[in-house]
Formats: sequence, C-alpha cells, structure tokens
Amino acid sequence: MFLFAAPTFIDSLLLKFFSEPTVNYVVWPFIQIGLVIVITTGWVAYATYLERKISAFMQARLGPMRVGPWGLLQPIADGIKLLTKEDFIPEDADRWIFFVAPYIAVVAAFIVMAVVPFGPDWAVITDVNIGVLFVLAVSSVGVLALILAGWSSNSKYALMGALRSSAQMVSYEVSMGMAIIGALMFARTLSLSGIVNAQASNSIWFVFYQPIGFMIFLVSGIAENNRAPFDLPEAESELVAGFHTEYSGFRWSLFFMAEYAAMVVVTAVATTLYLGGWYFPWVYKLELAGFHSLYVAVSVFVFLAKAGLLLYLYFWLRWTLPRFRYDQLMDLGWKWMLPAALINIVVTAIGVTVIQGLNNPAGLRTIKSLETGLGLTLSGKAMAIVFGFGNLLVTAGILSLINWRSRDFNLKKQRRQIRLVDPPKGRPAVMPVSSESPS
Amino acid sequence: MTLNMGPQHPSTHGVLRVVLKLDGETVIDLDCDIGYLHRGMEKIAENRMYTMIAPYWDRLDYIAAVSNGLVWVETVEQIMGLDVPRRAHYIRTILTELNRIASHLLWLGTHAMDIGAVTILLWAFREREEILKIFERQFGARLTCHAWRVGGMPNDAYDGFVEDCKRFVDYFPNRLDEYETVLSENRIWLGRTVGIGVISAEDAVAIGLSGPALRGSGVAWDIRKSRPYAAYAEMDFEVPLGENGDTFDRYLVRMEEMRQSRRIIKQAVENLPDGPVNAKVPKLIKPPAGDYYHSIEGPKGEIGCYLVSDGTQQPWRMRVRPPSFINLQALRQMSIGHLVADVVAIIGTLDIVLGEIDR
Repeated sequence: MFLFAAPTFIDSLLLKFFSEPTVNYVVWPFIQIGLVIVITTGWVAYATYLERKISAFMQARLGPMRVGPWGLLQPIADGIKLLTKEDFIPEDADRWIFFVAPYIAVVAAFIVMAVVPFGPDWAVITDVNIGVLFVLAVSSVGVLALILAGWSSNSKYALMGALRSSAQMVSYEVSMGMAIIGALMFARTLSLSGIVNAQASNSIWFVFYQPIGFMIFLVSGIAENNRAPFDLPEAESELVAGFHTEYSGFRWSLFFMAEYAAMVVVTAVATTLYLGGWYFPWVYKLELAGFHSLYVAVSVFVFLAKAGLLLYLYFWLRWTLPRFRYDQLMDLGWKWMLPAALINIVVTAIGVTVIQGLNNPAGLRTIKSLETGLGLTLSGKAMAIVFGFGNLLVTAGILSLINWRSRDFNLKKQRRQIRLVDPPKGRPAVMPVSSESPS
Repeated sequence: MTLNMGPQHPSTHGVLRVVLKLDGETVIDLDCDIGYLHRGMEKIAENRMYTMIAPYWDRLDYIAAVSNGLVWVETVEQIMGLDVPRRAHYIRTILTELNRIASHLLWLGTHAMDIGAVTILLWAFREREEILKIFERQFGARLTCHAWRVGGMPNDAYDGFVEDCKRFVDYFPNRLDEYETVLSENRIWLGRTVGIGVISAEDAVAIGLSGPALRGSGVAWDIRKSRPYAAYAEMDFEVPLGENGDTFDRYLVRMEEMRQSRRIIKQAVENLPDGPVNAKVPKLIKPPAGDYYHSIEGPKGEIGCYLVSDGTQQPWRMRVRPPSFINLQALRQMSIGHLVADVVAIIGTLDIVLGEIDR
C-alpha cells in the first residue's frame, strides 16, 4: 500500500521545498516526463526483446538465451554494443543533416507520449485539448527525419528508401486521420483524456461503434510505422536497409528506437481511441471502495496490457506476412483505405444523426447526456453498434464496386493450377506442350 | 537512374552484380555482371586425375553437391562402360532426391525471405536439417559431401538409413502443407508472384532454360523421364507443369516437385535391393579416347558434363553445363518493365547458385 500512497507522500514532501503552483506546474510535470521517458525507453528496449523472442517461437528457435536468464539482459547488451560502435559518416554525406535526422526521428516518436493518458488522475501528463491533432501533427514530423536521412546519406538505396517512405507515410497519414473522425463523433472532443472519459463514462469501447475505423487505423498505423508487411522503406531484400543504410552505431540505434517508439505510440493511441484506453469494466469499483491509488495503478496496467496486445499483433503480422510491393501499397492506401475511411465517416455521421433524431424525450430515449461524449442509452448503443457493423457490409460492397476492375482484385481467380503429366520414359524430345496435348 | 545491385547485396544470392537502369522504380534495362566467384574449375580439371576431380564438382552448386557429384561419376562410368550394381543406383536415387528436396527447401526459404516472409526460411531449414543429418551419417559431411565414387559408392548405406528416410518421408508432406497454407493462398504472396517474370514456353526453350524454370512455362522436359539415369527408369512419378510461366507457377512446380521427390524416395526405400554397391573398377581410371556428354536433372535444371578424353589419366577437357548460368540469362527478359522489388523476386525464382555460374 505504501507504493500506492507514494504520490501523496511525495507531493507533501515537495510542498516543503516549493510553492504550490511550482509543484503542480513545474516539478510534477518534470517527474512525469522523466518517468514516461524511462518507461517508454524500457518498453522500447523490451519490445525488441519480445519481438526477438516471439519471432523465435514462431520460427521454431529459442531467440536470445545467453545474456542473463532467458536472455533478459539482451537489450542492455545490445545498447552497450551499439554505443561503443564506430559512428561512421559517409564521405560525401551532408554532415549536418546526417547528424540531425536521427534526433528528429526519436523526438517525433517520443514526444507523442506526452499527451497519451496512461491512466486516470496523476497518470495523465498533459491533457491537451487538441490531443488527437497533436498526435497526428507530431507523427508526421517523423517523415521529415526519414527524408533527411535518406537524402543526406548520398546513397541511392537510402534515397529510394526515403522516397518510398515519404510517399507511403503521406498517403497513409490521410486515411489514418480520416479513420479517427468517426471515433471523434462519438467522443465529441479532441482531447485524448476526454476520449477515454467518454468511453469510460458510457461503459463502452469505441471499437464496437467503429469496427471499420479501428481496422483502418491499425493498418494505417502499421504502414505509418514502416513495419512489415509495409516495411518497404527499409525492405531489406531490395534496398539493403532503406533510409538508414549508411547509418551505424548509435545513430542507427536511434532510428531503431524511433521505429519501436513509433510502434508503441501507435498502439497506445489506438488503445486510447478505440479500446477504451485505461478503462476496463468493473475496475472503477476499486475507486468506489476507496483505493484511489490502486485504481490508478490497475488502470495503468490495463492500458499497458491492451497496448501490449496490439504490439503483439504487430509482431505477429511481421513474422507471418510477405511484403507488399510499392505500387500495391499505394493501391491499398488510396483505393481501399481512403475510400473505406470516407465511407466510414459518412455512415457514422448518418448513424449519429439518426440516433439523435430518434431521441424523443417522451418515447424512445437514445441519448442520456452530452456532457462526456455522446452518452447513449442502451437502445442508442445497440443502434450505434448495428450501424458500426452494418458499415462493414456497406464498405465491403462499395470497395468491391470501386476495385473490381483492378488487377489485384481477385488474385485467387487468376492463379492457375499446375498439371501433373507423366511423359513417356526414354524419349529425348523437348516439346512445348500446348494446353490441348499434354503428352 | 543507374542502381548497382550487388555484389554485396542481401538478395542477389551470393556475389551476383546486377546493374539496373531505372525509371523511377521501373526497370528499363538490366545487365548482369558475373565472375566474382570464378575459380577456374574446368581448367583445374585438366590437370587432375579422374578420381580427384569429383570433389570439385561438389563446389559448383554447393547446395546440391550430391546431385553434382552424380553427374561426374556417371559420366566416367558411362565412358568406361562400367556396370554399376542396382543397389548403388537405388541409393543414389534416394540421396539425390533428398538433395533435391534440400535444395528446393533452401530455395523456398530464400525466395520467401526475398519477398518478405522471413519465417518460412527458418521452417524450411528445420526440414533441411533432417536431410543434412542423413547426409552427415552417410557421407560424413553435410554440404560438400563427396558422395560417390566411380563405379558405385564409397561405402554401403549406414545402419538405420532406411528408417531415417522413412521417418522423413512420413512427416514431410505435413510440413509442405504447412508452408503452402502460409504462402499459396496468401493475398500478398499472390500479388507478388502472379504475373511476375513471365516467360513463354518458346522463349524458355530458345534461351535454354531447364529444370523448374522451364517446366513452369509448361514444357514437359525432365531428364529423369526422357533419359533415365540411376534408378529412375523403375520409379513411378509425375512431372508438374505450370501454365503461365510466371513466378507463382514456378513456385507451385517446385512445391509439387518436392512431393514427387518424396514419392520417389518412398518407392526406392521400400524396394531397396540387396547386393554390392561397387562395380569392379580398374585401379587406374583411364577412359578410352573420345568425347562424351552426360547430364542429369539437378535441382536447378539440367546439369551436364562434356568430357573429352585422350586416353590418359587426366581428361583433355571438361566442360560443365551449368543450369544456373543458363537460367540466369532469362533474368533480363523477365525483369524489364517490372519494379525493383520484382527483380529480387525473379532472381529468387530462378534459383541460382553463384558457385555454379562462375565455376
């Protein structure tokens, strides 16, 4: 219990040294920032460990086993190794840009964590009232790092990687932003804490209202992070290592950290927007029972668990699927994701309007309150869920309509079966067998 | 833009250098630069005795050392008119088919990895390991086995050889199905392979492709059928043929070939005859003067040996017909108009080994 009482204890301790506004607006934020950086870095480090372990189990291997028990100290060993490596700069590289690019990547990835609500109360660092916009804006800055890195390396592979990544991130950013709008209609706020509160006070996760939006967000998120199957910018088999081909040592590891941090960020934001953030049914009973700190701690744990599950999905996809080709990726982005996101907006808007229109104080009540998000009654929730899942059919229908002419629409139909023939033995004849006479 | 791919590049399968002329990411021209692994084996062979040349053959296509070794010993046997015992033929058939599976598994793993499915590589290596264990027990080596001797085998099959093969034959089809569930129906895999690197049957014959690359275009040419060697005349198996000649067809053909190889191994193991494994071979191998060509169906295609003997202990000239070298010639025609990512897929589908291309 002492652990959970710590915040109040530290608070009173700090008040002895600083005035109250200083404590509230300067000291506490710094403590929180420090904690978040430490936690995120640790999370990133152990995400690499987990990825290696999970991929190993998928591939009938053991993964890291030598450093510490079950290789648990492997990330630290890796960090030391990377720090002590030579920091190599290619001769004709644009030195300053080459220097700066990794930092931009890391900063852009880490800074988003500032607005993510890890839990209720003191687990929120900053509650910006335009949190969602902030997330989108800052994560776009990550593209800049990639372009600069690719450009300044003075290498064709790096340049191609950078071009690919900029095209990819820009196109998926669009559908990602569009996908969020549906959830915002239910949340009626741009603040991330507000979105979680809207879900918590209505006891529902937005994924039930917005199945399509959630899918688009996840897929775009994976594409945005340049993870497999969308890892074209660093497609190892084609572009060697893409935009960070020429980087080595710690600078390379910064890019690596930025990639994992961006993954953590996207999973955290997806959790916040669609999976209820720190909200989990029945956890609030702890609060009612008076265990406030325990309630916050359990909520933080819930948040981390949800984000961890999404992270596992990332790993799972990466080690299962082949890689898209560049044009297929663009096809998917512009011809599937973006229309789907637009349809989602329209259907959600119609749904929300219909639900609001049906709200009749005398008869059918669909709306409880509008204080925190769109507070729906049970019948209102049922209607919203029906709209959400009906949207799956609508979207599938319209998307097939749009795409049925495209080459990749039904690949299974295009594939041909092979034939088995038993040519006569001992006849040395090459014959181009046409389809009618398999001799 | 000119992009220099290789010789140090993750997916050129060794030290192949491909100079790509690109328009954006579309390939408009392509040039292969080979020779980084040239060791002059054909010339070396002119200064070696017939028995000493065999290990050099293992190092041509080091993934299919057992098949390569067979070409050489069979050529010498045929030029000398040696009568190899039936048991030796059967064991040779089993082991070369195992080698074909091992080679195809390595192809599957690297090809899938080039296209981005990394897990398949490790899965394929898991099965390949079982084959290599059999090789290790039989030959004492895993990769460059020096498997055969002129006139038969260095020694008889080890105790438990039949059981090992049977165990492999029993579980292998399930594993193959596992790979197919991950790849064959996968939308991304289909998108990356269907219609990529198409080569028509006429072009394939004109270039001189052989092996799965040729059969993927629908040409029924398999030396195991048309000029049976070892014990293939007594085996019952079928030849898979593709239709479109694209990467996906070649993939299916190779997958089916593994199933057929398993079928051959099963038959051969069940009917393995008793008897000696060595013919009566003269102490000094001195083939009669003349020239001779013999070829077998290696995992990559027709691997042949053209031998000119002047009646001494050393060949006057040895020429290898390397399947990878000739299959590589189709790369330019297959790749032009595709994207850079497809070039990687096409190099993978041709299943080249640089040790054999450069010799």
